[in-house]
Parts: sequence; structure tokens; C-alpha cells
Amino acid sequence: MKKNRLIVRTAILAILIAAIGYTFYINFFKKDEVIAVNDNAINFEIKDINTKKTYTLSDQKGKGVVINFWGSWCDPCKHEMPFINKVYQEYKDRGIQILALNANESPFVVSKFVSDYGLTFPVGIDKDQNILDLYGVGPLPTTFFVSPNGKIKRIKIGEMTEESFREYVKEILPN
Amino acid sequence: MENFKCECGHMNPIGTVICESCGKPQDDNSNLLDMKYEGTARRSIVKNKTIIDKIWNFFSSVKIAIVIILITLIASALGTILPQRDLLPPTANPDTFYKDTYGVFGQIYDWLGLDNTFQSWWFMLLISSIGVSLVICSLDRIIPLYRALKNQRVTRHTNFLKRQRLFKISSTKNEEEQLNLVKNRLEKKKYKVREENGNLLAEKGRFSRWGPYVNHIGLIIFLFGVLLRYVPGMYMDKAMWVQEGQTKEVPGSNGSYYVQLHKFIFETYDVKTENKIFRKSIERVGNDRIPKNYQANVTLYKRVGNPIPGEDPKLKKVKDYSIKVNEPLQFNGISLYQVDYRLNEMTAFSFDLMNKKTGELFGPIKVDLSNPKAIYQIKPGYKVELKSYFPDFYFNKAGEPDTRTKNPNNPAFVFKMTTPETPQGEVAFVAIRQNIEPNGQNKYKMAFAGLETKNSTGLSVNKDYTLWVLSIGGAIFMIGLIQGMYWYHRRIWIQRQNDEIWVAGFTNKNYYGFKQELKKIFNDTDILMPEDQVLDKKSINTGGEHVSN
Amino acid sequence: MYQISSNLLFFSFITYLIATFFFGGAIKSQKEGKNKSAMIGITITIIGFISNLGYFVTRWIAAGQAPVNNMFEFVTFFGMMIIGAFILIYFIYRLNILGLFALPIAIIIIAYASVFPREIKPLVPSLKSYWLQIHVTTAALGEAILAVSFIVGLIYLIKNIDQKVRNKKTFWLEAVLYFIVTVIGFVIISTAFSISGYEADYKWIDKNGMEQKAVYNLPSLVAPHKGELLTKDKLEAPFEVPALINAKKLNSVIWSILAGAVLYGIIRLIIRKRIGAFLQPFVQKVDDDLMDEIGYRSVAIGFPVFTLGGLIFAMIWAQIAWTKFWSWDPKEDWALITWLFYAAYLHLRFNRNWTGEKSAWLAVIGFAIIMFNLVAVNLIIAGLHSYA
Repeated sequence: MKKNRLIVRTAILAILIAAIGYTFYINFFKKDEVIAVNDNAINFEIKDINTKKTYTLSDQKGKGVVINFWGSWCDPCKHEMPFINKVYQEYKDRGIQILALNANESPFVVSKFVSDYGLTFPVGIDKDQNILDLYGVGPLPTTFFVSPNGKIKRIKIGEMTEESFREYVKEILPN
Repeated sequence: MENFKCECGHMNPIGTVICESCGKPQDDNSNLLDMKYEGTARRSIVKNKTIIDKIWNFFSSVKIAIVIILITLIASALGTILPQRDLLPPTANPDTFYKDTYGVFGQIYDWLGLDNTFQSWWFMLLISSIGVSLVICSLDRIIPLYRALKNQRVTRHTNFLKRQRLFKISSTKNEEEQLNLVKNRLEKKKYKVREENGNLLAEKGRFSRWGPYVNHIGLIIFLFGVLLRYVPGMYMDKAMWVQEGQTKEVPGSNGSYYVQLHKFIFETYDVKTENKIFRKSIERVGNDRIPKNYQANVTLYKRVGNPIPGEDPKLKKVKDYSIKVNEPLQFNGISLYQVDYRLNEMTAFSFDLMNKKTGELFGPIKVDLSNPKAIYQIKPGYKVELKSYFPDFYFNKAGEPDTRTKNPNNPAFVFKMTTPETPQGEVAFVAIRQNIEPNGQNKYKMAFAGLETKNSTGLSVNKDYTLWVLSIGGAIFMIGLIQGMYWYHRRIWIQRQNDEIWVAGFTNKNYYGFKQELKKIFNDTDILMPEDQVLDKKSINTGGEHVSN
Repeated sequence: MYQISSNLLFFSFITYLIATFFFGGAIKSQKEGKNKSAMIGITITIIGFISNLGYFVTRWIAAGQAPVNNMFEFVTFFGMMIIGAFILIYFIYRLNILGLFALPIAIIIIAYASVFPREIKPLVPSLKSYWLQIHVTTAALGEAILAVSFIVGLIYLIKNIDQKVRNKKTFWLEAVLYFIVTVIGFVIISTAFSISGYEADYKWIDKNGMEQKAVYNLPSLVAPHKGELLTKDKLEAPFEVPALINAKKLNSVIWSILAGAVLYGIIRLIIRKRIGAFLQPFVQKVDDDLMDEIGYRSVAIGFPVFTLGGLIFAMIWAQIAWTKFWSWDPKEDWALITWLFYAAYLHLRFNRNWTGEKSAWLAVIGFAIIMFNLVAVNLIIAGLHSYA
């Protein structure tokens, strides 16, 4: 009888603790991540603002892809763009692709930015920030580094330095 | 369970007050019996306690439950002293607000975590404790109570009867006749009367004893519903803004649904058109300032096929709908509620190219603030080029024009104006109430010719599969509450003891009403109505003391 | 129609006053239960109640919507419900002393309501739901029934607390009565200035730096932030408050405190003892157990009604109107606090045997919480929810 009671009580307490514990865990500890390192990068397509050519992420398989989310009002983005362009020039023939997605600004502003900074990599407008939402992007700039096999190698939130950017790019070089 | 033996031979669990078998009260006092649980032992009273038992005992105590309720009460009150974090106006920075606005008091409040009382871990812990307490308190008591009431006998031990609150001994020569008379009256009053050896037990309203347990189950289900909200997929609360003319994807619908806003209607109360009765109050607030109705006339679209994100989706119309407050648009488990709006957002500026000397105007050109063109050809020889555009203009640290955000809150333009008179072009910086000519005096200028605005609707995108759990919990709670509060469990024992008739009565609530009923039942019979031993004892002691158990 | 409704309200107000005197007379006589004075008293009360209902119906017709939408309408409805609850309890228990206390309290509440703007205001979209009517009326009814437990508890305390000594109990009982006096004082002062048509306009700067106008109906003792008095030769306040505080409301509060203190002082001077001590002889004949019973019964009846109206219907309406059935805003919080408190009351009564005086004190505290929700939360702590 006594043993029975102990088993029943332990079971009930266990259920209660499990339910409450689960709730606490989800609420306080689980990060609300949409996409994380080692996930497959979600496919998308953009149209380059100048050439009007369409780039699909899945078509880039085999190359290391840098996905940079940016906006023209964002100062850190402005600081990065010059050396992103420079590094792109160095690595574009070594299997690196850079796709820059603008957070839904006007074509005029984006075009002007591209020509002012002399950007040579594909830059497109993420209309209504759909892709940005899909990738769970919060602050700008946020840069995703995708390995040649399509998996996310690194997510960098915030401004990078030229050295660190170079390092990250090297990580996703195809062998 | 540890047991002890009653004099009748039956083994009772420890803590039993009234023997389960013969009904003899186990203590030797003469004061009134506590009938709360029919004298049964709560299951948590045991001799050897393991840690599990100790935890169980802790949560099965009503005193602890009351303490938890009161702490929750006080915490909730503290959470209203200063505005909570998520209810601050959108312009406030939550991290500095409390210190800035309320000084030291605000700082302490923030530090204690009270700025976010209701989402904090300790408040959640309080609510969880209430939940645990509900489960364990109920389980602890309901099974013994159920068994006791189900198995109760008609004939009770004399000590039991003596120690009921309503009790009286009487005698009569016509026992059989009088008892039958009383029995009939009881049955007319809807009592269920059981007979055994010439003794009667009249009972009604037993179901009301379960009331508290039913309402506790309701609360447990309700709290379970609250827990369920944290399970991914069960609950979603997002927002979307759509401007007139725009079609936007509904967040949380996996790209399947799109909403297009055709028109946002905003009506106010105007003294001229409204019922005269409202005149005074409209004038007090201001004509056209009290909102009468706002609604978003939208079309709902469903995506066809499986496009890649970034590709323009192919849409199929589902339906048209006017979303009003209190009238959400519902589809596929998702509800869109009209919650917010922005009126008269600037969408386009019109300019005329003006010859400053003659005042002659050319144009106008319309500059779309979300997609301005680079070149505006007015007529041969007259051209305006947009050189720079700052949707949310300010002068940055370097003294240059820059934009704060991408939203056209404060548009500024750098125009280059080319006319036959000025073929090399003149540059002007044009912003709201500012016109800067960097290269000295221009012959032409861009004159503001008009403004286009559009309204936007703010919709709340809501998915909630927990609502039905919460509703059922709430409904069961109300049923249990009404069951327990509005009905009473009444019992009358009428027993033949030698030559006497012993009558005892018990109700769990409302002795006043019970006594009124008993008056009517025993009126004009030889059997005397049971007396209230609580009030009688009081009349013996002077000064109005109360009998406390 | 509007005029008719105002008249009906005024008529019921007067009848309640008259009925109070008859109940007072009923106490004087020896017999409890049916006596002539009490019969007249309850009859007049019922007539007043019918007139009160008439006010409600005619105002509804005039406005085209149920009149429970602003402070004036709600508090009047609440007062009316207290009378209704009193009539119901009276017919069950026939306790005459209840009339002597319940009627004045309802009168004070209706008088307090009339301080607020009375005009019929058209509904903003979020209030256009019949759930509004259902939620508000049921909640008011529940609170009115709970109010009866307060009244009975108050009588119990007045009777049983020993006034020959000076201790915590006499202090707190007197504090409750002092507070009631303050409300009366506030009503008197507001009505006086309102009748005289007092109005002073201020121009002031709000927390966003925008210029605002404020209209004072009581002489200003505190001025709004950077306030400039526009109306000449009205009292100009010596003190200014920061932009975050609503100066007009603070002004009202200060006036209430002053009026209450003065009125209480006058009363004390006249009766020469604590108000509790003064009232004690009038309630000596009442049966403690009966009061305890009524007090408990009102909570037992009122608590489910309050839960239904103040919580459940409220949550249903909130879910429909704002997509969130619970937002932890101050008004909802204090409704929850009220609910938790009465749940604690019931548990303390059943399981810890807190009957008699303890129960009476709890009933007083419970009503204080309800009043806090009605007054302080509505007027001071603002929210999604506030009236007026």
C-alpha cells in the first residue's frame, strides 16, 4: 500500500514538474531562432538592381556564398561595403559568391548606393523584407556565410572588420 | 497507510476523526464535529515521510494555498504601481525609462524585476504553485470524501449525533406514525430518505459537495491551457502593417496568404450628422475627434504553387472583407484583427519647376516617395533629375544630409534642374520648409505643388489553438462554483434510541435557511426540531463569544 | 427622453434619502422584522428602485446604447445594483439595520457618480460590442452583492469593537468611516463649485513638449506643468507638478483630502467621540450570527457573479476586441486581485474557520479593493481600460 502511494505521488509530481519545467524552458531559455548554424540555408532568388539578372541561392551550390543584409541608412553597413567589395574581387574566381540583399528600400536609393560605392557583386532588393524575415534577421547588418554544401557555416550580426571578414570568407572556400 | 483500531474493530487510517465503519468519533471531546471531510483522513497524513511525502504534504495544505494566493495578490498589486515594460509608450526606452522618470524609486522597481512583473520567472512560479496546489489539494481530499459519502450508513453512533450542530432528543408515543409523517414531509421537500431498522437518513444536495472539486478541475484545465500556449505552433501573435494599395504576405502563414488593403476608412463623430443627444460630449472632446468607425477593406489572397522566396508569387483571390474592431477576418486557424492605424502617411510629393523671376511654372512632376524616378522629363529642354534622395532626412555628424531610416517621414531631395535658359543645370537641396542652393543663387527652383497621402492599417495576426481549452476550463470552473455555492448538502438523521427519538442535522452552508426548512418539516409534530448547539452554547456564555473549533 | 431619465434618477435619489429615515425609525422600535416603519421604508425603497430602473431604461432609449460606458453611468448603475442587492437580501433575512446603512452608502455612491461628466458620449469602435454591456452589468451586479457583505461587516465591526479603548481596531474602523466622510466631503465640494459654474482654463506643456489645455472645475491648488492661467481672477496655484502627473486629478484629490478633514473635524466636534463610538448604540440589538451569515452569504452569491462578469465575460470581450483575453493592464490586474482576495476569504472561512469579526474585517478589505479598482485605477493609474 505504502509503495503504491509513493509510486502514484512520484508519478503525479513528475508530470507536474515536467509540464512546468517545459514551459519555463521554452519561455526563458530556448532561443527564438528561425535559422541556425548547420541548418540548410533557405533558398531564395533576387534580381540584381543593375543587370536585372536573377540569382537563385540553390544555383550557387558548390560555391561559398556570403549573404549580406543591409540598408543605406545603416552606418555600419556603409563602413563594410568597401572592403566587402575588395575581398569579393580577390575571391570571386576562387569559388566565392556574394549576394547583398537590401531591406526594401527604393530602387533609386539602392542604385545610387551601388554606383557611389562601385559595388561589383550582385545586389538586389528584398521586397517587403520577406527573405529577411525568413532568415530571422533583426539588426542590420547581418551576414550569413554558407558553405559550398549549402549549410550555414556562420551567422555574423553587426559590423565586421576587414580581417575578420576575410577569415570568414576563407572558412567557406570550396576545396 | 498506517492504521489504528476503532473500538468496533475496524482499522482506520491515521487522521480519521470518524470511524469509517461504525461512525464513532475517535476523539473524546464533546465539542462539535468538524464535518468538512466527513471525518475521513486526508491521504497525506502519514507516519513515515519520504521526501516525496514531504513535498506532497506541503502542497496539500490549504493554509499554504492561502499564503500562495495572498503573495500572488500582493505581487499583482505591486505590478500596477508603475507602468509595465510592455505597456510603455513606443517612444520610451524600457532600459532607462524607470530611472529617468521615477528616480531612485524607479531604479529599485526595475532592479526588483517589477517592471516586468507578469512575465517574470518568479511570478510564473507563483502561478505554477497555485496549479500544483490545486492538483494535490484536490486529489488528497476527494477520494476519501467520495468514499465516505457513498458508503455512509443510515444508523450512526450516538456520539456522532450528539456532536452535530443541530441536535435534539424528543419522545413520542406514536413513533411509527410520527416518523412516517416526517418522512412524507421530507420527501415532499425533495429529500432522498433511506430507512434502516426504523432509522431515517434524509439527504439532499449531495452533488453540491463536489462543487469545489469541479471548480478546481476547471482551474487546472484553464492553467493547462495557459501552459499549452508555450508549445510551438499552438499560439502566435504577430503584427503587420499594410498601406492602401499594398499587398503583403501574412506573417506566420508560411507565405501562403496575402492581404491587399484597398481602403482604410476612418469615420469620426460629427455634430452635424449625429444624434443631438451626443452633441455636448462631442463638443467637449472636439468635433471630428472621437472615432466612430474604422475598418480596413481588404482582399485575401492565397498563393498558388510553390514559388521561391523573392520570386513574385502568383495569387488567387479568396475573398473580400471589411476588418473592423470586434470583427476579425478568420481563415485557416489565423485571425486578422484591426488594432491600429496610421492616417495620412505621405506617399508622393508634387513639385513645379518655377522660374523665380517670371514665376512661370513647368510641370508638375510627381515624386513617389517609395520609388522615385531618377529623371523627370517635363517637356523638351525642361528636365529635372533626382540626384540624391533621403527619405528620413537629417544632418549627420559630418554635417552632410543623411537619412535616419528608410521610411519617408521627412523626405529631402537633391534636384538638378535643366532648362533652355540653364542648360548646364542648377542644383538645389529641397526638404520640408528648407530650400538650400549650394552653388549660389539659382534662376529656377522646385516649388512644392502638393502632397499625396495614404492610410495604413495595423493588423494583429493571431493564431490560438488554446482558446478552446481555456474556455472549457473556465466553463467547468463556473459550473463547479455555482454547483458549490448555490446549492447545499443537507442531511437529517432521525434515530430511535430506546424510547427516545434522536434528531440531528447537518448542512455544509447556510444554516439559517436549513433551520427555516426544518421548522416547516417538524412543525406540529411530536418530534422536536433540532436545536442549534452553536447559538445555544453562546446564550449560556454571556458576552457573545463564538465557539471556535 | 434624456431629461426624463435625469428626473427619474433624481427622484429615486430623494426616495432613498426618505427611506433611510424610515429605516432609522424602524430601529428605534422594539420589534425586529415586520414593523410599520420598516414596511414603509422598504416600500419607498422599492419605489425608488423602480424609478432608478426607469432612469436606466430611458437613458438607454435616449442614447441608443446601454448606459454603462463612462464613470457617471457605471457608478450610477453600481449604486442601483447595491439597492437591488439590498432589497433581495432584505426579503430573505428581514434585517432592518441593513437599510439604515445600505441606503446611505448607495446614496453616497450615486452622489459620487454625479460629479463626473454626464453627457451621453458616442461609442468608439472598440466599445461597440454587446459583450461590453454583458461584462459591465454582470460585473457591477457581482460587486454590488459583494458590497452587501461589506455593509454587514461594517455593522458587525461597529457593534463589536470595544470603543472604550484605543487600539489598532478602533483606529482602522475609524479610518474606514473617515474615508466615507472624505467621499461625502468631495461630493459636497464638487457639487458646490459645479453649481457656481466655476471654471478656470490653463495652458500647459505636456511630456512631449506639446501645448495642451486644461479646464479646472475646482480652484487650482496645483498647476499643470508649465501652466499658465488663462482665466483672469481665478485662484492661481502656488505649486506646479511635473508633466507626467495629471494636475487636474491631483487637484481633485487634494481638495477631497481637505474637504474630508474639515468635514470629519466638524462631525467630531459635534458628536464629541469617534464616529464608530457614536454609531455603536444604534446597532446593539443586531444578532451577530445573523450578520455573519448574511456577510458570508453575500460573498457566496456574489463571488460567482463577479467571476462571471468581471473575469470571464471580460476575457471573452477582450479576446474579440483586442485579440488578447488578458493583457495585465492595471484594471484587469485589480479585478484579478479582487478575485484572489475573495477566493482567499472563502478558503479562510471554510478551512481556517475565520468567521465573525475576522470575516467582517475581510469583507471591509475586499470592498476597499473593489473601490480602489473603481476609483484609483480608473482615474489615476491609466490604461487601455480607463473610464472618464
